[in-house]
Amino acid sequence: MVALPAADAHLDAPRCLAIVPAFNEAASIAEVVAELRDADPNLEVLVVDDGSTDATGSVAEAAGAKVLRLPLNLGIGGAVQAGYLYAFERGFDLAVQVDGDGQHDAKQLGRLIDPILGGRADLAIGTRFGGDITYRAPFARRVGIALFAALVSLRVRQRLTDTTSGFRAVNRRGIRVFAADYPHDYPEVESIVTAARGELQVCEVPVLMRARAAGRSSITTFRSFYYVAKVLLALFVGLFPREHLVIQD
Amino acid sequence: MPVQLFAALASVVLLGIVIELIRTRRLRERYALLWLATAGAILFFAIWRSGLHNLSKALGVAYPPNALFVLAMLFVLVLLLHFSTVISKLTDRTTHLTQRLALLDERLRELEDKPTPRPKLHEVNR
Repeated sequence: MVALPAADAHLDAPRCLAIVPAFNEAASIAEVVAELRDADPNLEVLVVDDGSTDATGSVAEAAGAKVLRLPLNLGIGGAVQAGYLYAFERGFDLAVQVDGDGQHDAKQLGRLIDPILGGRADLAIGTRFGGDITYRAPFARRVGIALFAALVSLRVRQRLTDTTSGFRAVNRRGIRVFAADYPHDYPEVESIVTAARGELQVCEVPVLMRARAAGRSSITTFRSFYYVAKVLLALFVGLFPREHLVIQD
Repeated sequence: MPVQLFAALASVVLLGIVIELIRTRRLRERYALLWLATAGAILFFAIWRSGLHNLSKALGVAYPPNALFVLAMLFVLVLLLHFSTVISKLTDRTTHLTQRLALLDERLRELEDKPTPRPKLHEVNR
């Protein structure tokens, strides 16, 4: 069990970081950053430029974001973990994870961080299902989402509906867990297992998501087989402890 | 037996290449040892025929030279598996170094207050 760092003691003025992983999203990143800054002026926006070959980094900087420039493309998992390392080292109390492609609506942030601020959860996941929100995905994708949800629910002994959502919020404890250990590729599902292993309290929050503003999903038809197999293997591997970074306060 | 002659020749050539790679420091000692053991084992059984016959009997292989190839194949499989673990470890290390580099780079840019990005690694390498 991880001891609560002192930073949690003053939740009256929590510092919140938005982690936005982006790979070649120059077309949509400025709007994403602007929206986040509009949604909450106290929110610091960190774009993790995952070795983009376009102007993603400079566009994000011009839009007023802090930018972490990864010299190599690590994939979403490595980029997000870099963001959590930044959040941990700079003493942030809260971190939200928002995709750089514009499918996550900044106006939903309040809903997402509410259970974190209220101390009801360490990790809040924005789900496309539940509440008054309906989401129609292609059949194959819905089957996959349902399968992952069922397996992860078994693993974490808690009913979850949308484990593939990358729209998340964590408190300081969650930042610590993810800074030390975050899965590599297609990390969304597996990171919930990581969270459970780090004894984080997980909850789901129904949110609205939009269609992608630009670019395309990282999951193509060919890759989806690899995706399913990889996640299933990761869930199995997730049953066992693994070596990770040692984080010191 | 021509197959055994071929195996002996091939393993001698392999030994030669490995030794040349060690001599020019292009192969780390631990991998060099693995390869030397592989080539040495093939050469050993290619030359020592009664040993190979005993081995093939023990394995239940009818044609002795096949035992040689089974042995070589097993060695290569173990080597490949070993390399996969090495690659996995290297990938993890690259990830951590890349993240650390980006964090330090951000700190440095903040200190210098220069928004201009440095050239990316893959551009420098060209």
